Amino acid sequence: MKTSECDIVIVGVGGQGVILISDVLGRAAVKAGMPVRGAETHGMAQRGGSVINHIRLGCRFSPMVPTGGADVLLALEPAEALRFGHYLSRDGVAMINTDPVLPISVTMGKSVYPGLEDIVDPLSEVCKEVKTLDATSLARKAGTSQAMNVVMLGALSKYIPIKEELLLDALCDVVPKRHLDANKRAFQIGKAEVE
Amino acid sequence: MKEYLLGNVAIAKGLLEAGAGVVAGYPGTPSSEIIESLASLKGDLPIHVEWSVNEKVALEVAIGASWTGARAVATMKHVGLNVAADPFMTLAYLGVGGGIVVIIADDPFCHSSQNEQDTRRYAQFAAVPCLDPVDPGVAKEMVTYGFELSEKLNVPVMLRPTTRVSHARSDVEASHTAEIRRGSGFVKNPARRVSLPVHVRPLHVELLEKQKKIEEALALTPWNSLRLSGVHGVIASGISSLYAEEALIEMDLDLSFLKVGTFPAPSDMIRLIVEHASKVMIVEELEPVLEEQVERVARKYNPDLEILGKGSGHIPRFGELDQLYVRNAIASMEGQPARSGPILGEALKILPSRPPGLCPGCSHRATYYAMRKAFGRDAVFPSDIGCYTMAVHMGTVDTCLCMGASITLASGIRFGGEEKGICCSLGDSTFLHGGMTGLLNAAYNKARITVTILDNSTTAMTGHQPHPGTGFTATGKWSEPVSLEAIARALGAESVETVNPYDIDSAVDAFKRARDYPGLSVVIAKQACVITARRNGQKPQAFRVNDKCEGCRICVEFGCPAIEFEGEKARINNLCAGCGVCAWICPSSAIEVMK
Repeated sequence: MKTSECDIVIVGVGGQGVILISDVLGRAAVKAGMPVRGAETHGMAQRGGSVINHIRLGCRFSPMVPTGGADVLLALEPAEALRFGHYLSRDGVAMINTDPVLPISVTMGKSVYPGLEDIVDPLSEVCKEVKTLDATSLARKAGTSQAMNVVMLGALSKYIPIKEELLLDALCDVVPKRHLDANKRAFQIGKAEVE
Repeated sequence: MKEYLLGNVAIAKGLLEAGAGVVAGYPGTPSSEIIESLASLKGDLPIHVEWSVNEKVALEVAIGASWTGARAVATMKHVGLNVAADPFMTLAYLGVGGGIVVIIADDPFCHSSQNEQDTRRYAQFAAVPCLDPVDPGVAKEMVTYGFELSEKLNVPVMLRPTTRVSHARSDVEASHTAEIRRGSGFVKNPARRVSLPVHVRPLHVELLEKQKKIEEALALTPWNSLRLSGVHGVIASGISSLYAEEALIEMDLDLSFLKVGTFPAPSDMIRLIVEHASKVMIVEELEPVLEEQVERVARKYNPDLEILGKGSGHIPRFGELDQLYVRNAIASMEGQPARSGPILGEALKILPSRPPGLCPGCSHRATYYAMRKAFGRDAVFPSDIGCYTMAVHMGTVDTCLCMGASITLASGIRFGGEEKGICCSLGDSTFLHGGMTGLLNAAYNKARITVTILDNSTTAMTGHQPHPGTGFTATGKWSEPVSLEAIARALGAESVETVNPYDIDSAVDAFKRARDYPGLSVVIAKQACVITARRNGQKPQAFRVNDKCEGCRICVEFGCPAIEFEGEKARINNLCAGCGVCAWICPSSAIEVMK
C-alpha cells in the first residue's frame, strides 16, 4: 500500500537555498490541508558540503524518502544529482540545474568535474525521465541569480499534487517583500521551461 | 490551525505551551534551534532564555530556577550531557521544585558530532524517565507531559529527540502560549537540597522506589501502543517505530506491533506481545536498550521466544536507520525479498567528493597558515571542536577529542615526553565553554605549549550564537564583552598576544615569538567570522589575478574555494570574501585589489 502521495528529494550544495524550496512546499501542503513530512540538513554540512532535503507530500510516516522511492529528484547542482541518484524511483523524474558549483578538490586541481553527459546518462537508465535546465541563467533573466532555487521550484510545480496558487502563496510567506517580484518571475520562467 | 514546523521549533512552542519560566542551554547540533527560536521573541515574554557558558552551567541554572518553583529546561546535544553529567546524576536524587525537562538531542550517524552515544543509557543510569519522540508533533506534546510528570513524581524528565526529529518538519497543530510558571522563591529544605551523605542515602532509596511509579505512569501515555495480531511481531521505539509502522503498511503484513515512546518501556505491554508471539524483531537506533528489556521480560514469560535485533545482527548498533533498512529487516524475518534502490555503481566513481570546509575568506585558514609557517609541519597541533576542525587537511589539526581538550591534550603531550613544538588551537566559544580550566592547569603546572584562541567573536559552527565575548545575550541584550586576553592573563599565562590573522606577516612573527617563549604562551587570532561580517553589511574588497601570475599554485594550495586554476594561471572566482590573504601569500605579487 502506498504510504505517501508524492516523495521529493531536493539536493545541492550548502548555501544554494535547498531549505527554502522545501519550506515553500511544506507550507503549501499545510495550506492544502495535506499531511506533510520533511527532513533537512543542518549543521556541519551547511558549510559548502553536499546537502539533501526530503519532503513527502500526503505522508504521515518517515520524514526521509526511502532509497529508490523519490518521485522527483530536484538537483540544484549537477554532481549532486548523481550523488543522490539512488533515491530515484523507477518511475521518477530527475530535474537538474546544469550550472556546477566546483568543489574544493576540483578548484585545487586534485580531481576533475564530470561532464554533464556522465551525470545524465546513468541517471536516465534508472528513472523515467531526466530534465536539465540552466536554472542559474534563467534566474538571471528573472532579475537575480540568487533566485535559481525558485526557478527550480517553478519547474517542479508541474510535477507535484499542489496547486500553483498555494505554492505562490507560500513563496510570499518566506521571501522578503523586496525580492518577491523577481522570485515570482523566476517561478514562472522555471515553470515555462518544462511546459 | 496547523503550521509546518521544524522539530526544534515545535519543541520551543511546546515550552511556551507548558509555561516554562527558565530555559538555558549551550548550542550544539542538532539541539540549537530550540533556544534560538525562543530567543527570537527578544524578551517579549516574561521568560528567562539564556545561552549558558556550557551545558553543566545550563543545567545548574535550570535546577536553581526549578527550586524556586519555576518550570525549567536545559537544552543541549548528547555529548553536552557528558559535561552536565555531574549535576544530572545527583539531581535525580534531590528532585525538583517546578518541573524540569532536560532536552538532549541525539545524533545517530554523527551528522555533526564526535560520537553517537545513546542518551537513553544516561536516563537508565540516572534512573529518570525518558521520552523518545517519533516526530515534531509528538515532541511538542511530550514537553507539557514531561513537566507534569516531573512535578508529580519529583524527578527530572528527559526528552530525547534525535536528528531526524529535531531537524524533521511536519504539519503540527499550532499552540497557545500558556501563563509562564515563574517561581515564588527558594524554600530552604536541607534534607532535599544539600547532598550530604546523610541526606542522599535515603534519597537514593526513594529514587529506586519511584521506579515502579515511573513505569506505571509512562505506560498510560498515548505514545505506547500495542496491536496483537500475527504470531510474529515487531517492537520498535522512537523514530524507528515510524519506519516500522510504514513498512508494515507498505508490505501489508499482519504482524503484532508494539510501538514504544517512553523509557523504561511498558513492561506489561511487552509481556503481552512476548506471550503472544513466537518471534519478534526489536527495532531501535544505537544501543539495545529496548531489546535488553524485552529479553528480561521474555526470560520470565516466554523463554522460547526468538528475539531478532542487534543480538542477531539484523539491526546495527551504530549509525541511523531508515525506512528501507527497517523494511528489509522485517522482510527478512518474514522470508520476503529485500528491495533496493537503483544501483549507480561505476557511474559514481567520477564524482569529486564535496566535504564541508572552511568558508572562502575564513580567518581560521589564515591563522593555521601562519601557525604552520612558524612552527613547521613537524610540530604537534592539538585542536578542538568548531568550524576549524574542518581544516584537518591543513596539517594543523592533529587531535579533536571533546570541548576544550586541545589545551589539556597539549599539556599531556608535553608532559608525556614530546620535545617538538606544540601549538594547540580552539575557538573563542569553545575556550569559554571548556578551555579556561585547561589553560589555568597549563599555567599552574608549567606546560611549555602555545595556546591559540581562534577568536571570530561568535559560535559559528552551530549557527552563530552569542557568548560572553560577543557583547550580547541570547535575547540580544547588551552584556559587556569579556576580554579573552585579560582572562588568559588572569589564568596565569605570562605571554599573551593578539594578532589579526589577515595580516599574515605579523601573525607569523607572533607565532614565532610564542614558539620561542620558554613557557606557556597564548596567541589570540582575532578576526570576525566572514558570515557575520557579511550579514553586518561589510562590503568585501574585490581581488583579481594580474599577468604577473607564474602559475606556481602556491595560492591554490592555500585551499580557499575562491581561488581556481584555469589553464596555467590562478583565477579569483565570485566566492571571494576579500580577506586579501592570498595577495600576501603570492610570491609574484600577482593578486591585487581591483580599483
